[in-house]
Amino acid sequence: MQSSWMYALAGGGLIGLASALLFLSHGRIAGISGLLGSLLPPQPIDRSWRLAFFVGLGLAGVVAAAVAPTAVGASVRSSTTVAIAGLLVGFGTRLGSGCTSGHGVCGLSRLSPRSMVAVATFMATGALTASLVGGGS
Amino acid sequence: MSATVTGCGARCGVASALLAGLVGAIFGAGLLLGGMTDPAKVVGFLDLGGAWDPSLAFVMGGAIAVYAPLLALVRRRRQMPWVDTTFHLPTRRDVDVGLVLGAAIFGVGWGLGGLCPGPGLVSAAAGHTSAIVFVLAMVIGMAGQHVWARRGG
Repeated sequence: MQSSWMYALAGGGLIGLASALLFLSHGRIAGISGLLGSLLPPQPIDRSWRLAFFVGLGLAGVVAAAVAPTAVGASVRSSTTVAIAGLLVGFGTRLGSGCTSGHGVCGLSRLSPRSMVAVATFMATGALTASLVGGGS
Repeated sequence: MSATVTGCGARCGVASALLAGLVGAIFGAGLLLGGMTDPAKVVGFLDLGGAWDPSLAFVMGGAIAVYAPLLALVRRRRQMPWVDTTFHLPTRRDVDVGLVLGAAIFGVGWGLGGLCPGPGLVSAAAGHTSAIVFVLAMVIGMAGQHVWARRGG
């Protein structure tokens, strides 16, 4: 349990470092749903660096599959449930202007009132859903 | 756009892409190390009943502990970022129905599948079929919201 906390803290530190680097280099918030959503039409925006960001993110997954496959856990749900979860996450993050990264890390760090409300809300509905459905380790 | 406005041409475009790629790789490594790519662990964190595992709170805590002071430092020390002419910080402060409703819907999806957008993408790139299903559905959900919003939502 104690090592699990230390990995979580170290992983969080890397996420914070990456987000700070994106602000220093591009002046942008490292919000995954915002970056991904702005690649979809109709926004006429600069796609190249956003695509590069996702190539880097994907590379981490490819490397993990080769050197530390247990870091990526198996699904706890059926494919149908996972598809429903994906639809809700996609629709909800765009409607709510952010996800765990944009609101949770960047927004809370700026003490944004919108992000505080968003984080409290998605934590509450996430906890409610997981508590009702269960299936965690 | 950022490459052209700063006046450093293609060289800046390459730097912009390389830096963004590096950021993505570090971000992905952080998600993997922190345990965010393990749906069972995420659901165990969100499920307050039974053997609650609070360790994932340290991912957000660790990220904020690093990001908040660095963000303040960059804002104090620099007039503009490296490859753009201005910082793009959100300015809205109003809490509207869309924000709350959207966050509520996202939370249900997160608690259901145990994946949020970043970990979903990393797990899909690692070749997990269920994560690929998740990402495809997520993109459809995003596109659906865009269409809905343009029709006056």
